[in-house]
Amino acid sequence: MSAALQDAPAAVRVSGLRRAYGSRVVIDRLDLTIRRGEFVALLGESGCGKTTLLRALAGLDPIDGGRIEAPKRPAVVFQEPRLLPWDSLWRNVALGLLAEGARDKAAAALAEVGLGGRLDDWPRNLSGGQAQRVALGRALVQQPELLLLDEPFAALDALTRIRMHVLVKDLVARHRPGVLLVTHDVVEAIALADRILVMRGGAIAAEHRPSAPGQPAATRAILLAELGVVDDLRSA
Amino acid sequence: MSQADHTAILALPGLASGSSAAPARRVRVFGPRALLALSWLAPLLLVAVWEILAQTGYVTPQVLPAPSKVVRTAWRLATTGSLLNDLGTSLLRAAVGFAIGGSIAFALGILVGFSRLAEALIDRSVQMVRAIPFLALLPLVIVWFGVGEGQKIFLVALGVAFPIYINTTLGIRQVDGKLLELGRVQGLTTAQMITRIILPGALPSILTGVRYSLATAWLALVVAETIGAQAGIGFLAMDAREFLRTDVVVLTIVIYALIGVVADSIARLLERRLLAWHPNFSGAAR
Repeated sequence: MSAALQDAPAAVRVSGLRRAYGSRVVIDRLDLTIRRGEFVALLGESGCGKTTLLRALAGLDPIDGGRIEAPKRPAVVFQEPRLLPWDSLWRNVALGLLAEGARDKAAAALAEVGLGGRLDDWPRNLSGGQAQRVALGRALVQQPELLLLDEPFAALDALTRIRMHVLVKDLVARHRPGVLLVTHDVVEAIALADRILVMRGGAIAAEHRPSAPGQPAATRAILLAELGVVDDLRSA
Repeated sequence: MSQADHTAILALPGLASGSSAAPARRVRVFGPRALLALSWLAPLLLVAVWEILAQTGYVTPQVLPAPSKVVRTAWRLATTGSLLNDLGTSLLRAAVGFAIGGSIAFALGILVGFSRLAEALIDRSVQMVRAIPFLALLPLVIVWFGVGEGQKIFLVALGVAFPIYINTTLGIRQVDGKLLELGRVQGLTTAQMITRIILPGALPSILTGVRYSLATAWLALVVAETIGAQAGIGFLAMDAREFLRTDVVVLTIVIYALIGVVADSIARLLERRLLAWHPNFSGAAR
């Protein structure tokens, strides 16, 4: 982590977080700090609690113990775009903004995600990738300190996904929120994140910095191993 | 479809090679336009047959008057009689009943859709009353209101209320939970949640309720007007029955049908205008 990031104010600070469904403990004594401008990817097998953590940070689910110091309104991009089908694109982006200047702000956000000319278009005319870009615009127009991404590219085709990676990286560099990206995709995590966390057993089990000296390829193999995947194709 | 089935059966005894080509050619002869024309031709033909049977005396005017006679009667009543006045009276009753029943049901539907407490207090009672065929209440309604305007408007309002109530609550309950979650994430106030997400999401269902209720409003009016009315289409029909004027009776039936069709078209137009964003409605223009 660069010195600048080290000194940046925390976008979110989690300590001793606990979350249980009945007797099943999903998150147990989890600690996590994300600084403004830092891009953190969270990997883990299905059901390991990564989405639960994200929803807790978003304030969508209650917690059973510990502390979360998060901004009052973090922005969230879900796996589905969740656009309101009855509203035009700019009204979708402006959802939750104060009326004053909302259209201008929405127009700027749409331009940033490459849909500048389509303010009055409808969500049903968009491809999956375009819809997800609108969702990104809607998240960023709020100028969030914390941006939560819940597998936002999982439903997109491979090429669209790569374009989205470039766009997200660019947008985050410009707006500098703290980012938590929940994903299954090891390559995606390496491509985007300053710091990669592997979650297991309801807590952070490992931490990696792909940009640190050392080969990203090794990190990929290590990450896969930590996720319980043996990459036979490559090792053969 | 039956056309295709038919040719397929006819083609079965033929040669294997010929039978596969024959149905395909036959289906092409009746393209979509031809089928549309045919669908209009068939009822016209029925009316023509009816006209011929009535003109030649196979059907006596007391049983079923000729369509041409009904048209002449319509013209005469409209120009010299009270037809327009009766029509206006009926439409006013329907409109007032619809407005009263519809707005009460819509308000209750919203209340129950939003609040579990309101649902506990109101919903079961409404569902119990709904189990009664509302026309079965007619004798009781006459005791309450007599046979004046109140009875007719009450009956229409009652018939209108249930479809609107049910579809409003249903629509609100069926709003996509993921969009509600989005609203929370975007920091919407309760009022914004309602106007930006819940009501637009419930609108398709609410409009379905409106369409159903237009049909029941009309049904209620037909029944209400046949009892003790001094004006209106139903009065016209009952009055004509006394004098065995089947041409007037048939005319009133046709008018009821036409107004039903017009009401349904208005409801469809509303759906197309208000639900332009909805893939199920925007494409269904016809």
